[in-house]
Amino acid sequence: MSEAILAIIERLRGEVKEYSLDASGLANKLGLRPCCVDLISPSDKVWSELTKFYEEVICIRHELLSSRSPDVMAEALIRLIAERGVRYVVAPHSSMGIEVAPYLAVKMRAPLVTDVVDLELLDGRLRAKRYLHGGKVVVKVEPPPSKCYVITLRPGVFKPALRAKPGKVVELSYDLSLRPSRKCVGYVEPKVGEVDITKSPVIVSVGRGLRDPKNLTLIEDLARMLGGVVAGSRPVIDKGWLPKDRQVGSSGKTVKPKLYLALGISGSFQHVVGMKDSELIIAVNKDPNAPIFNVAHYGVVDDLLKVATALRAQLSKAKA
Amino acid sequence: MAPPLRIAVCVKRVAEASEAEFEVDAEGRLRARGLVYDINEWDDYALEEALRMKESLGGEVVVFTVGGPEDEEVLRKCLAKGADEAVRIDAPGLSDPLLIAELLSAAISRDRFDLILAGAQASDDGYAAVPSLMASLMALPFATLVKRVEIRGSLVVAHRELEGGVEEVVELSIPALLSIQSGINEPRYVSIMGLRRASKKPIKVLSLEELKKTRPLPAAEERLKVVGYEIPSSERRAQLLEGPADKAAEAILRILKERGILA
Repeated sequence: MSEAILAIIERLRGEVKEYSLDASGLANKLGLRPCCVDLISPSDKVWSELTKFYEEVICIRHELLSSRSPDVMAEALIRLIAERGVRYVVAPHSSMGIEVAPYLAVKMRAPLVTDVVDLELLDGRLRAKRYLHGGKVVVKVEPPPSKCYVITLRPGVFKPALRAKPGKVVELSYDLSLRPSRKCVGYVEPKVGEVDITKSPVIVSVGRGLRDPKNLTLIEDLARMLGGVVAGSRPVIDKGWLPKDRQVGSSGKTVKPKLYLALGISGSFQHVVGMKDSELIIAVNKDPNAPIFNVAHYGVVDDLLKVATALRAQLSKAKA
Repeated sequence: MAPPLRIAVCVKRVAEASEAEFEVDAEGRLRARGLVYDINEWDDYALEEALRMKESLGGEVVVFTVGGPEDEEVLRKCLAKGADEAVRIDAPGLSDPLLIAELLSAAISRDRFDLILAGAQASDDGYAAVPSLMASLMALPFATLVKRVEIRGSLVVAHRELEGGVEEVVELSIPALLSIQSGINEPRYVSIMGLRRASKKPIKVLSLEELKKTRPLPAAEERLKVVGYEIPSSERRAQLLEGPADKAAEAILRILKERGILA
């Protein structure tokens, strides 16, 4: 039997995160058995959907896991990995993965590679591709040979691979003893604003290239003339120039408008996952090498303010 | 009265790449043009958070970096903003997150700290791994992607930013490590005068030999080996519309009309 990939499933309030399925695509590509582990609290339901993608779905249920504390998750994982002799442990590069994967790697003395976008196995050696400098450079790295590797995958890069027949569910129970060093005491929902950008057919989105919040007037004019709304990427929200509910990206909203006009947005992967499925993407950026041009259909290499000003002038002339 | 807080902040000097051009030379090395260096944006938020804690609760802020003499520039900036002490671990040019985490942990463990703050990720290498690796190495309670934090005695209440903008509220006890998400606060600016004053403050330099005395270090070599670079802009999908801005705007409006987005 071929070796297995063990994917760590991410849940939020019981719901499985979609990108937890990505590792099945990686297993498929590498010719490894797709297995996953779902660390669940007593009240959670076993999600049979996982068997459509994974040959073996291992559920570990324990009341301590409701703490969502990475040390407890790692304790359960270490037991399972040792028991099964798992060689490839994979987590999404997400709010869960960036905590659990490094924590686990240290405890297992296993090499760690994070935010991986491609992976190859060369006579048992592992070679990973990942991005540097916000997507402008790809670096190929090789961890030292090991019995076990811990990897986080950039969400959305590997497409989940459906299985011909559903896999099986295995429930394991471990006697976890560690006292969680952290407790989850609740959640805060994102504030609901007056505009729901996910409903708009046209989105004019601004990034760091806006330079000054005064320039928002121009962008708002443009959005109105195009029958759309203004949104933004993380830097614009961080600076408080636009409210949080206007943020497009992994920690904001996912949008699929007819037109996404990206102005002065470099195109970090966290932004791109939130807008890549838009029907038409037009990007304006001063930097000809900005990663946003790898996802846009049309691009203009120029200052967003110049192009936005020209667009506004031509639109108002056409109206007059 | 609670004793004053001692806060360690890990910072990194990074190349700001948004205007830079990269190429891979004939020997496979990465070459860059137009790089401007500054403190990693996430670390700037972490420093600001530490300074605000110090200002409201009393305490001391010590900044740490791993690098060469040129990296002291960001430590000076931190001192100018209000950090009390600065330490440079003398190990230039590293990118292996585990090695960096080991060095920082060894240096920080030489002293007592209540809180360790670091940016959630660095804009250059983007592993987003060093804070969680350090927490594991030092066996500390930790939380990543922190967007809001409150200290209640020996308890830390932190809001983690999850996908979709939901925040997870977690409780952990001091000593603890927090990785800070951007946007948590508004980092202060530093004046030329402040920078000038900070240029006279001492920076402590720790050699690897010195560090080994406190904590056994594994062979101080990078274990994650870089085997090559590629430039992905060659995969560009966008069809470029010619300038100047007027002409490009005309082309955009033509496309919108063709697609029926504009009447």
